Amino acid sequence: MIDYNVAPFEVVRDYDKCVNCRVCERQCSNEVHHYEEGFGKMISDSAKCVDCQRCVCLCPTKALKIVPNQNAFRPNANWQQKYLTEIYKQAESGGVLLSSMGNPEPFPVYFDKILINASQVTNPSIDPLREPMETRVFLGAKPQTIERDAEGKIVTKLPPRLKLSMPVMFSAMSYGSISYNAHAALARAAEALGIYYNTGEGGLHKDFYKYSANTIVQVASGRFGVHKDYLEDGAAIEIKIGQGAKPGIGGHLPGAKIVGDVSKTRMIPEGSDAVSPAPHHDIYSIEDLRQLVYSIKEATEYKKPVIVKIAAVHNVAAIASGIARSGADIIAIDGFRGGTGAAPTRIRDNVGIPIELALGSVDERLREENIRDNVSLVVAGSIRSSADVVKAICLGADAVYIGSASLVAMGCHLCRTCNYGKCNWGIATQRPDLVKRLNPDIAAERLINMLTAWNHEIQEMMGGMGINSIEALRGNRLMLRGVGLNERELAVLGIKHAGEV
Amino acid sequence: MLLEGEFRNPAGCAISAIFDKTGARFSGESIIDSIAVMRDRSNGLGGGFACYGIYPDKKDLYAFHVFFTIHSARKDFEEYISRYYEIDSSEDIPTRKIPEIVDEPEIRRYFVYPKQKYIDFVKTGPDECVFRTVFAVNTEIKGAYIFSSGKNMGIFKAVGFPEDVGRFYMLDSYEGYLFTAHGRYPTNTPGWWGGAHPFGLLGLSVVHNGEISSYDANRRAMEMYGYKCTLLTDTEVITYILDYLTRKKGLTFTESAEVIAAPFWSRIDRMSEEEKARATYLRDVFSAELVTGPFSIIVGFDGGVMALNDRLKLRTLAVAEKGDKVYMASEEAAIRRVCPSFDKMFYAEGGKPIVYRVKGGKQ
Repeated sequence: MIDYNVAPFEVVRDYDKCVNCRVCERQCSNEVHHYEEGFGKMISDSAKCVDCQRCVCLCPTKALKIVPNQNAFRPNANWQQKYLTEIYKQAESGGVLLSSMGNPEPFPVYFDKILINASQVTNPSIDPLREPMETRVFLGAKPQTIERDAEGKIVTKLPPRLKLSMPVMFSAMSYGSISYNAHAALARAAEALGIYYNTGEGGLHKDFYKYSANTIVQVASGRFGVHKDYLEDGAAIEIKIGQGAKPGIGGHLPGAKIVGDVSKTRMIPEGSDAVSPAPHHDIYSIEDLRQLVYSIKEATEYKKPVIVKIAAVHNVAAIASGIARSGADIIAIDGFRGGTGAAPTRIRDNVGIPIELALGSVDERLREENIRDNVSLVVAGSIRSSADVVKAICLGADAVYIGSASLVAMGCHLCRTCNYGKCNWGIATQRPDLVKRLNPDIAAERLINMLTAWNHEIQEMMGGMGINSIEALRGNRLMLRGVGLNERELAVLGIKHAGEV
Repeated sequence: MLLEGEFRNPAGCAISAIFDKTGARFSGESIIDSIAVMRDRSNGLGGGFACYGIYPDKKDLYAFHVFFTIHSARKDFEEYISRYYEIDSSEDIPTRKIPEIVDEPEIRRYFVYPKQKYIDFVKTGPDECVFRTVFAVNTEIKGAYIFSSGKNMGIFKAVGFPEDVGRFYMLDSYEGYLFTAHGRYPTNTPGWWGGAHPFGLLGLSVVHNGEISSYDANRRAMEMYGYKCTLLTDTEVITYILDYLTRKKGLTFTESAEVIAAPFWSRIDRMSEEEKARATYLRDVFSAELVTGPFSIIVGFDGGVMALNDRLKLRTLAVAEKGDKVYMASEEAAIRRVCPSFDKMFYAEGGKPIVYRVKGGKQ
């Protein structure tokens, strides 16, 4: 059959540099490269290339580069090449298109249209190298009344909470969608940094119970891997209602990744596709959510905060308001650019809203209803840098989740083919020969390095604003200005335009 | 140009206070002398005083000091207030006509108490009635502005240098046990009398020097709790935070200071377990009320005074004691001017509240 599509990338090899060491061949799980005895040189099949950059990084003579294929369909502003490509695929397979990682389409990135303030003259900036600069954050509900004992001392018992050394956590990525070594790295880094990582909906491998103080365990609609010890092990329990990459549908994990310990941890048979139901079948309305929240609280004796994670959708503020009255301690909101191990392309690219706008409206709505203290807000999808963290906190978040950024720190190049299960970086794969490429000690160190650097940068930006504690940044929208945003966008974000006093 | 309250207006300032620990009353003349020394810290765009113990004959009544800037405002205000309050008496606040103070609005005071049916309706006491009235009048009645609403105390303020404002209001004719003063150096103001300081709510008054960097975080928290910020100044939001913490949440002034200028985590982590739990509780529960950036404030309240510096000590604040008298000021010179020799003198440490109360007064 004729393949109507062309390879999206082209492998370019500089034969003056290539020494036929065949590293690229051994490194590529997609079998792009091979040594052609007859020619006495390396040959590449560009059609198989996903542009993960593994061979480029490992080539000892830097002989390789991957470039977009210059071959072009006849230009058409409406029928862009990707639409033709996708139709060819579907006409051939009859299948739903699948993709991985966050929405790559050119929608506005609001974080990139927001600028941060700094002190001049009327208020001194503070030097984080010489003065304390605090980034510790607590997540959880706040008490409405202050109780005192017979001597008048404040009773210091608080609702269950999480204590973070900085306002960043690793977001939910299941064991199964990512590898054992990737999970090990996240857990070790979370422990070393004094933050949390999140099991996602794949259960918790028995080896990782020792990181329980820094583990958030997730309960999703498939209830994979959920049992008593699992719930009791987590520092917090997250009910996953939705995910930014695929609002309205449940998780997908291809059967090819359900092998060995993944199958045991998920408590499902090997090779079976783990397709979570779209809704939780015990939650058809907000009052049902309240019952699940309290079921979990009862099961864990009210010792652990309960997080409810939702995707950012059009009426997110009203939904968040309902959740804030459901007994949940923390609301996590995942924007439409959030990553995923596998999602239908149409949903990933067309459903949901930007996290910046969702956060702007949720924080304001909860304040209008005087229920902001009922919950902490954690936002995700996608936070790419310390500046995004600062902007999110100023808009009203208590903390952020990072998923894609943490994978990138471990080597991911966002080739967006996690669903193939052949990740050359050993991250989004269960193939033992690939998994072992990711050294969990090195990966943990890279995660620690990244967040240590981010924390320094957050402190620098805070100090510049004359703020020496992160709580004074939270919801401090006057510290932000928009550039190139229209009145409606500014109103939803609750910020002024650059140049306005 | 936007009016005050329509934009955020940072300002530098001078502050000063004189307090008698026995509650003995003294003339307001000395506070004028004290603040006048710091003329360079003001720029003539606002000055004012908070005076405690000045209405002993009417000490159980709320004294509303009100500016009327348009003709219809007084009638609207009086009609509104008489619906909810018994009005004991009202009068023009006496002023001395001096060339330095111009464009004065109509300035009146009303001694009032909420009607019983209003108290019954509000349920949480007469203070809450007054709290609601102040916000209702200041946001809904055009041209009327209640700038003082406590019992046995009053705020006097205007556009001008503080010493001129003091003479204008004839402060020398009042006697009280506590006077605080403020000279303002706003960076941008059309000069509205209501925007001068002190800022007060019920018996609380705040004079403040600094520019806080946590402003919008604090403002949005206070607005959630029902405090509509109309002036968009630091002093306004700090006053609301103090009212919220002390009156609505039942914290002491010292505990409130630990919220506003919270100890650093590095210090909290070294505390005893009990102290650590308490300090952590206050920081965690009242994280939105933490104030960062430079400030020194003097808070007047019924029966006492508190001085507080920001946690990094980015502003100066001197305190001196002489006999039963306590002096506080941005600059030592402002104390020496009115008290050339003192028993002891010290500077407020960052984040450490200095609280004085009238002996035998309520705690």
